[in-house]
Amino acid sequence: MRSSLKQLLTVAFGLFVVFFAIPTLAQNHSDTTAEQHKEVAHKSEGEFNVAETILEHIKDDYSWHLFGHTSVSLPVILYTDKGLDIFSSKNLLDEHHEPVVYNSKYSYKLFEGKLKVAKADGTLDEENTAKIWDFSITKNVASLFISVIILLVVFISVGKAYNKRGVTSAPKGLQSFIEPVIVFIRDGVAKPAIGSHYGKFMPFLLTIFFLILINNFLGLIPFMPGGANLSGNIAFTMILAVFVFIVVNFNGNKHYWQHIFWMPGMHWSMKLFLAPIELVGVFVKPISLMIRLFANITAGHVLVLSLICLIFIFKTAYASAIAVPFAVFISLIECLVAFLQAYIFTMLSAMYIGMATVEHHHEDHH
Amino acid sequence: MVVGSISAIGAGLAAIGAGIGIGQIGKGAVEGIARQPEAAKDIQSNMIVAAAFVEAVALFACVIAFLAK
Repeated sequence: MRSSLKQLLTVAFGLFVVFFAIPTLAQNHSDTTAEQHKEVAHKSEGEFNVAETILEHIKDDYSWHLFGHTSVSLPVILYTDKGLDIFSSKNLLDEHHEPVVYNSKYSYKLFEGKLKVAKADGTLDEENTAKIWDFSITKNVASLFISVIILLVVFISVGKAYNKRGVTSAPKGLQSFIEPVIVFIRDGVAKPAIGSHYGKFMPFLLTIFFLILINNFLGLIPFMPGGANLSGNIAFTMILAVFVFIVVNFNGNKHYWQHIFWMPGMHWSMKLFLAPIELVGVFVKPISLMIRLFANITAGHVLVLSLICLIFIFKTAYASAIAVPFAVFISLIECLVAFLQAYIFTMLSAMYIGMATVEHHHEDHH
Repeated sequence: MVVGSISAIGAGLAAIGAGIGIGQIGKGAVEGIARQPEAAKDIQSNMIVAAAFVEAVALFACVIAFLAK
């Protein structure tokens, strides 16, 4: 038992060394190729640009890639000064996957993955681009819809089960899967962080927890209906952070604002000094929530993708013998990260709410 | 020849800092749990929150390194 554990550790350590060595080499390699072939790399078949490929996979898109050359074309919805413009995104690419001009109310063309208005000669028309508002159902939006549908189906059925069987009887089916998680959020997050009045904030905390969790997991699935890097999209995490900011500051009591603008128990000069720092802190808290979730999830996706890219860097299928097990290994770690980041986001939101709504009984206690 | 952006050095430095910080947190938590195994649950949740704060600074640095490229 003892020696087998030791062997296992040796193997694990060896694999770790290999794992850390290979990405470093890959990084070096990709950097030099990116520099050397900056002009040559312009979409010539056989040339492989790692950074470009990875960025293409983690950013938002107008179509949802399925397999091979098949992808789902999602609708493009534009609000222009000439009225609503709706068409399929398959009009924007030709059969060689190159952007083409599509003429509707304006002439649209994709510029580096972003839809913009093109002039007659195919160049960017900035003046008219400012007139269109893009409300397209992109990959991320479609992924958000899918996750919302999953959440609604799961939680409406679980909620109905409580209505039918009551809260005192033993949970059944899906209920017994969800109930421990809800109890964990209540007893492990909301109660210690917020205190006795946690009930009011439970719906909010559970919503952000499950929304982040399901989107993190959907992002780890490499094919449809997953694969969209939604919780690694800074706009998505920004909206979540904005909601936390609103909830925290609208529920902040007198003590919260006093601690920001006129810290009690300090000399007046210190109060003046602390006020701007505390005020910056009000905004930095949600910004740190935003960046933490975005960076963690994006980093995870980049890691998995760069491991898969090793096969294409070495240009041999044998590289997959190393790359695929490591990609699976990192994916499993990412499952832990997916849960951990949802937990941390919820935990910190609860802590900020708790700090803003705490009741002070002793005025001299700081 | 080594070609690359100097911002990569910044990201590397941020990783070193965060590594030291999170290492210290993990060390402290494991020592605390070893001394008082019954407090493991509390220590764990506090450890994760503290690690999240350390990590946030490193991520700020990484994002700035990425943007400054």
